[in-house]
Amino acid sequence: MSSARRLVLTALAAALALGGAACAESSGGEQQPTRTLTVSAAASLTDVYTGLGSQFEQANPGTTVAFNFGGSDTLAQQVVQGAPADVLATASTRTMQTAQQAGRIQGEPVTYASNRLQIAVPPGNPRGIVDLASLVGPQVTESICAPAVPCGAATEAAERAAGVTLDPVSEEQDVRSVLQRVQTRNVDAGLVYVTDVTASDGQVQGVDFPQATAQGAAQDYLVGAVAGSPNADLAGRWIQFVTGPQGDAALQQAGFTLT
Amino acid sequence: MTRARPARGGPVSLALPWPVWVPAVAGFGLIAVPVAGLVVRTNWPDFGALITTDAALDALWLSLQTGLVSTALCLLLGTPLALVLARSDLPGLPVLRSIVLLPLVLPPVVGGLTLLFLLGRTGPVGQLLDAWFGITVPFSTAAVVIAQTFVAMPFLVVSLEGALRTAGERYEVVAATLGASPLTALRRVTLPVVLPGLVSGAVLAFARALGEFGATIAFAGNLQGTTQTLPLLIYIQSQNDLDGAVAMSLVLVVVAVLVIVATRTRDVSGVR
Repeated sequence: MSSARRLVLTALAAALALGGAACAESSGGEQQPTRTLTVSAAASLTDVYTGLGSQFEQANPGTTVAFNFGGSDTLAQQVVQGAPADVLATASTRTMQTAQQAGRIQGEPVTYASNRLQIAVPPGNPRGIVDLASLVGPQVTESICAPAVPCGAATEAAERAAGVTLDPVSEEQDVRSVLQRVQTRNVDAGLVYVTDVTASDGQVQGVDFPQATAQGAAQDYLVGAVAGSPNADLAGRWIQFVTGPQGDAALQQAGFTLT
Repeated sequence: MTRARPARGGPVSLALPWPVWVPAVAGFGLIAVPVAGLVVRTNWPDFGALITTDAALDALWLSLQTGLVSTALCLLLGTPLALVLARSDLPGLPVLRSIVLLPLVLPPVVGGLTLLFLLGRTGPVGQLLDAWFGITVPFSTAAVVIAQTFVAMPFLVVSLEGALRTAGERYEVVAATLGASPLTALRRVTLPVVLPGLVSGAVLAFARALGEFGATIAFAGNLQGTTQTLPLLIYIQSQNDLDGAVAMSLVLVVVAVLVIVATRTRDVSGVR
């Protein structure tokens, strides 16, 4: 039992140390002259926004961009609950509306990019997947997003448009989990976004299908300034930046379609 | 209240010293207040409908089934493991023990990923299972049970090993001098003596299996009726239907409390 007691003591000590460190950090932060812009952004923007963040910091000396990446629903909920974000960037119109209806968005959000689904398959497409219908049946295993999350809603819309009902072996909590299933070859195919295929760096191959652009299947990306932010000027500059030429280039390179 | 009287001096107070109470209340509050918040946040008018959807009933049923099977597996594998840790003189026991306790420290997702790397279609073991028997473990109910057993077994082992050490070996020594074989001593003496520890270990393991999320979603995936246990459904639902997620969380809390209360009373009657 002594090892268990030691474990508890170590955990307590670690918790105290972490708590102390966090306090020290926050009190030190107030004295620094730099300003921090906090951006809550959809997880699918991680790569693009991280790259744009360092460009923005260079262009605006004394500014630090801090990111809070997560699911759009979670982020919108956090902003509604008063999370101290300056910018909200979602991967769906619906989640942005959640924040808008709660009066948490300053002005009109900007729709600046969109993303469409692709069928991710291992390189060389060993199963010869050509469209949604070729995924149906037990000889091909596929993984998709759960209907409750945005990529799952898009998948459902594509299924409806194609008149096909998929028989997935798993409905994942987010699109990157679907990608991981294909990358690790535990499924034969998965429905992900073009940007996820691009991000996989050749570990998967994307197969286009006509219903990817159907109503509800394509995903719009919106960005808005959070109401009451003390960094409203920086937030405005960030929105201009990501919807400007540098933002466009980064988004296109990642596979987004500009709107 | 005087409960014990020393040979000399006045009555002895067995009351807890005051510095115990403040952190105790804070600790209790940290656990109880959020759970109470769950009750407040619940959409009571629609509660019945929210917890009786097809998905919710499937998930509850699957959680109970897999939780029970995992607990049985924990008992089957964890009891001998605890005996080895507590009673054998194998070299390197401390190392063995830390390995057995790893799932307590590892983030469950990591446990799930390691299981996936081992038993997935391209994993060293999974590849063979696929080639020889055509068995794919991930995305099956068996995968849920494996993930739950992985994370829950240390709870049983720790609890039982503690009970074995506290009980000591004196009764087994007596049994042996009376001519009992090691197997008979184990069956008739050791296991009955540590039964309360075994029961509370099994309850802990069941409770942990019931709440398992990370290892399950990483290894078994998420499909209604096959691998979607209650915690997985709650997480997925929380993405767009908070009312449903909260209602099902409450169901999980009630099941857990029922299990703990039921075994607590049996535990006490077993001791006294």
